[in-house]
Order: sequence, then structure tokens, then C-alpha cells
Amino acid sequence: MNRTTDALIPQVGVITDIRQETPDVKTFRVNAPEGGKLFDHMPGQCAMLCAPGVGEAMFSITSSPTNQAYQEFSIKCCGELTEYLHSLEPGSQIAVRGPYGNYFPVDSELKGKDLLFIAGGIGLAPLRSVINYVLDHRADYGTVDILYGARSADDLVQMKEIREVWMQAPDVHVHLTIDRPQEGWEGHVGFVPAYLKELDFAPDKTALVCGPPVMIKFVLAALEEMGYTKDQVYTTLELRMKCGIGKCGRCNIGTKYVCKDGPVFRFDEIDEMPDEIW
Amino acid sequence: MYRIHSKQTAALFQKITEERELYLPVKAGGQVNFAAWTPDAEVSLETLKTVKSPKDAFFPQFESLYTCRTQEGKLTIEAGKRKDRPFVVFGMKACDLKGIQVLDQVFLKEPADSCYAARREKGTIVALACAAPETSCFCSVFGIDPAAPAADVCLWKIGEEFYWKSYTEKGAALTKSVEPLLEAAEDSAAVEKEQARIRSMVKKLPYASLSLEGWDGAHMNEKFESPLWEQLYRPCLACGTCTFVCPACQCYDIRDYKTADGVQRYRCWDSCMYSDFTLMAAGNNRTTQMQRFRQRFMHKLVYFPANNDGMYSCTGCGRCVEKCPVSLNIVKVIKAFAKEGAANE
Repeated sequence: MNRTTDALIPQVGVITDIRQETPDVKTFRVNAPEGGKLFDHMPGQCAMLCAPGVGEAMFSITSSPTNQAYQEFSIKCCGELTEYLHSLEPGSQIAVRGPYGNYFPVDSELKGKDLLFIAGGIGLAPLRSVINYVLDHRADYGTVDILYGARSADDLVQMKEIREVWMQAPDVHVHLTIDRPQEGWEGHVGFVPAYLKELDFAPDKTALVCGPPVMIKFVLAALEEMGYTKDQVYTTLELRMKCGIGKCGRCNIGTKYVCKDGPVFRFDEIDEMPDEIW
Repeated sequence: MYRIHSKQTAALFQKITEERELYLPVKAGGQVNFAAWTPDAEVSLETLKTVKSPKDAFFPQFESLYTCRTQEGKLTIEAGKRKDRPFVVFGMKACDLKGIQVLDQVFLKEPADSCYAARREKGTIVALACAAPETSCFCSVFGIDPAAPAADVCLWKIGEEFYWKSYTEKGAALTKSVEPLLEAAEDSAAVEKEQARIRSMVKKLPYASLSLEGWDGAHMNEKFESPLWEQLYRPCLACGTCTFVCPACQCYDIRDYKTADGVQRYRCWDSCMYSDFTLMAAGNNRTTQMQRFRQRFMHKLVYFPANNDGMYSCTGCGRCVEKCPVSLNIVKVIKAFAKEGAANE
């Protein structure tokens, strides 16, 4: 896997496409100036995006490693840097370094398993990388269920891909839900954890959960009620980061540095950490 | 082994600077800190503790990582200069030397920090044994021997003579470059006597009997969940002084500095004691000062040793003991837990 030669020095990345996903989420396509990808990554890994003079932050890479043409980042507008990124036009150049962190064990523990993806809002971003990786290596995995919810129908990201790719794929079941009824929405209404209980999946799947902390908490409780154990459930943690290589100290929780030991953790691992993650 | 008379030190410093930069304790503005030597610098080798630790010789408080320039929409990134001149840090004490070993664990682990690695490669450390340990010192608690710092070169001041012994290749190279000023000293009995004197003084220091029992990975959650933190943190002002004077603290920030010639991305020391240290647009996982206070000591005494074969991220230099404006420090924390442990038995 190639990596920036000096771990703290970024490369120049070009934003080649920007898609408005929801009122506050845009997906940015990033290429190397000479075309192609800046680096290879694995599903769940992150990269540091920097707008010089504005700031730098860690974002999950939402595109699959199997996508050879470019990398994508789905970014919610919620702070100074993300506001600036949202103001950019295609052709803009930013500084990018990575990939950082571990990844979902697509080449080991997840192989051959029936997979249950559970995402809330922008939490779909890291899981989308795994979902597309799994679909591109379909024979290596069992059934795929994707439970995805957002506040409203307008807040669901990647709807084009969900409808045109995921819903059409063999042995893939997509279950969408929104928090409150909305005109024109004929799908399920209700919070993700409640819908999860209704769907009542057999407890022999491996679950990958990403979303707001409150959703994760109730999803984990629901999964345990359904008979899942913590070693069957993966999530990604998100803490403030500066270096990305376990040195600046910010994302330290117990003996772990989320930037290098994570962001992907199993819940039995999270259980062993001091309780100050959320 | 060699020796050099204290009257000869100015000549020694002059000689060292012929080929190398030289940093040593210098008095300026009423404080002694490690600074570049100049012929008129007020050198103070007898100062046991500089206000700041000499860690900035390897991990400066500010340093430029790279510069970004945008011209006609095109971004260019130019890496900052890495240290390329040899330098000597002269007069470092055993505790501060241990601080560098702690930083090595952080910065030299893959992927190594290139700025730090360059400085470590170019730097030669000349340590000075502690002739007069002070009451705030507790290095021996961490297994550090102030009578025998493991540096490139070690010095002992005995009477008006400095005894000089080289331990490494870098030390030998430095020794060779100043050899005309050194006098061979065959007899090491004087040094052994001095070491015995220092060690007996260290045993009598007020914090020498601090116990680190139970400060390890195995007791992580027990320590983390202790109600003692809630009592201990209260006087803390969150000023961050303890982290800035600490030879082993390594947390840093990366920030922007807009110049007439592009945006410099620089690194600077940061403090886990500050409320924005972990603050994200999405929230903060340490919202209270108790949590931040606890993090500092848990990191030094539990998480760091658990990850680094038992090496603590404290060297017992005692700077935080002396400088905390509300007299809150790691000694108090260790003592409070020991007392609690004894009460529970």
C-alpha cells in the first residue's frame, strides 16, 4: 500500500466532481493532478483533507478500493473547514494525506459471513466503501442486508446508487426508514433501532454499524436483545485528530489511538476501553 | 575518561561551535533555559532544572512542517527544512534524557516523524550528573539514576574539574573534536565516589519512597473509574503549565500561519488540559476538566507504560511540582491513590 513518504506532508488533490446529496451533505470526488487516485486504501480507512489557511480534518473515504478511477468523500457541512469545502467548485485543489487507520476486516473475519449494515444519516459514508467492496467481490460474502435511516427522505445520501446499484444486486436487501412521516414517502417510518427490532434478523449475521452516537447506542442494545453478541458488531469511532499517526495525542482513549488503532473497532474491544468515547 | 577544568569551559564551548551548534543552560531574563551558546552568554551549568525542559532541542515548541502556495488555482506543497547541521545539547540531566527516550517511543515508531528523526540523528547529548538533587526531584521512582545518565557523553563535576566519559560513537566523535582541550584521567575512583554521594542523597529525598504499585495496564479501568479524580482535579486551573514544562509531554497541534509567501502549516506544543484539545464540530468526548485532568495522569502512568513495556511518561523531574500555580501535581495524584489503596486494605 503506498503512503505519503513523509507521514505529515500532504499531496495535492484535485476535486473533479461535487454532488449535492442532501441539503447539508456533498460528495467530493478527488483525483491526483495527473489523473487517477492519490493512493490505495481499504474499506473503512480515512484521509486528512486540508484547505490551507482554513483547516484540516479526517474524513472517511466513502468510495470502494475497487474503484480504480478516483476517491470520494461524503462531507456534512457542520464546521469551518466543511463550510469552506462546500463552497468549492470542481477543479479546486486541496491538500490530501493518507490513508490512515485500520479497516473493516473484509479479507478475514467478514469473509463468507452474512452481513448486516446499519447506518444513520452521514454514517453511511464509511459503510458505503465496504458495501461496494462486498458487491464487487460478491462470491466471497453471504447475504447482505442494508438498514439505512435518516431524519427525512431529503437527508438520505447516495440515493441514486442505492436505487440503481444496491437494490438491483443479487441477495442484497435494502431497508430504508425516515424518522417522521413525509409527503411522497411510501417507505418505512421510524427510528433505525426500532425498525431493526421489527425486521428481527437472525442473530447469525455480522453487523457493521455507523451513525450518530445515540443511534449506535440503541442499535447495539437492540442487536443484543435479538441475540447478537458484541464480537459480532463492528463500528467506527470518530474523535478529533491532527496527525493521523498516533503521535499528537488527541484521539487517545486508553491504550488506543483511534487514528491508527481504529477507526474500526468491534464492540467487545470498545467495552475494554475507558468509558469516554461518546 | 578525561577531565577538563571549569575555567576551560569557555574554550571548550568555542571549540564545539567550530563544527556544531551548541545548546546549553543560559541565564536570560531572570530564567535559565537551554539556548544557543554565544561568547557572551551567561552559561549556568550549575542550574539543576531549567524552567523548560530541553526537549525543544529535538521537539521544538514551534516548527514549520510545510508551506502551501496557491497560484492561479494551482496548489503547491513544499516540505519544510529538516535539521541538517550537527548540534550538541550540553548539560542535560538524567531525567530530561529519559524524557527524550519517552519521546523516541512516540516519534521514532513507524511511521517515524521525519522532523524529530532528523534532529535525533544530528544531535549529540552531553549529560551532566546531578551534583545536588533538589527536594522536588523523584527520578529514582522511575528507575532513573542521576549519577549515571546514559547519554553520548556523561560529565561529573567534582571540585573544579569536569570528568568526561564518552559512551557512544557520536560521543567519541565529539570527544575527538575537543581532545586538545581535555586531559586524560586514568583514575575513575573520584567519579565512583561522586556517584555514591549522589545516590545516597537521592535516597534521602522526600519523594524517594513514592510507590507506583498498581499503575499499569492491568488496573486501567479500576484507576479510570476511581472517585478520587473528582476530588483531585478541583483546584486545577487548566493553565497547561504542567504540560509545557514537562520533558515527556508530546501532544501537539498543527496549525496555519498565513505569510506573504503562502500558508505555513506548523506544528506547536498543545495541552490535553485545554477544553478545545478534543473539541470537534460534532462535539467533545472530554467535556469536563475532571476528564481532561484524569487523561493526563492516566496517559502518563497507565496507558503509556501499557503500550511501551512499562516505561512511564513521567521522569520525576519535578518541574510540575514546582511550577503548578495551585500545587497540584503527579506526586499528589500518586500519593492520593496510594493512601486510598492502603485505606481499602
